Amino acid sequence: MSRSLKKGPFIDESLSNQIEKLNQESQKKIIKTWSRSSTIFPEMVGHTIAVYDGRRHIPVFIAEAMVGHKLGEFAPTRSIRPHIYKGKSEKAATVKKKK
Amino acid sequence: MARIAGIDIPKEKHIVISLTYLFGIGKPLAQRLLKSLNIEEARKTKDLTEEEVIKIRTYIDNNYKVEGDLRREVTLNIKRLIEINSYRGIRHKRGLPVRGQRTHTNARTRKGRRKAVGIKAKGK
Repeated sequence: MSRSLKKGPFIDESLSNQIEKLNQESQKKIIKTWSRSSTIFPEMVGHTIAVYDGRRHIPVFIAEAMVGHKLGEFAPTRSIRPHIYKGKSEKAATVKKKK
Repeated sequence: MARIAGIDIPKEKHIVISLTYLFGIGKPLAQRLLKSLNIEEARKTKDLTEEEVIKIRTYIDNNYKVEGDLRREVTLNIKRLIEINSYRGIRHKRGLPVRGQRTHTNARTRKGRRKAVGIKAKGK
């Protein structure tokens, strides 16, 4: 279900305060945040925000096209690795054990 | 023969159904469209007068995105998602379901035919 329009888009307050501060001082600093559910606002374009993925803060450079998406969309929480083929000897050993 | 929005020529069917042969027009939109143009849904496409066909054609051209334009819009949207490296873009790139469905089983529409994985145990 989509969010009620009355409330407007969600953004973490401390995050928006930090962004505003940087914009006023016209600085560019990496902001660490845990707030993956915050919406990306037009004010954030050009900044780099380090979004927490559960382990590390992944730096995300905010581009124009990202406005309206959530921060979490750009810092995947799962790593997808291919299966690693176990060596032959190891496998043979487990088979022997079973017997 | 009726040509609407480019190349499509549905003929021996009711006009509501014929219109749904256009990409981007389904039954509800076809019904709404004919109602606002005051054309009966159940008339066969071949029985329509030339003026009526033109009326439908201009109405669709002016108000709706169909066929090639619509297809292009869809692919551009997907391309955008991939370019900004969003989660949905990654899922599109990998050919996996985009909207959070399970992939442990099923998801065959996105993943395609099953691929054999793993080494079969050698019988002894």
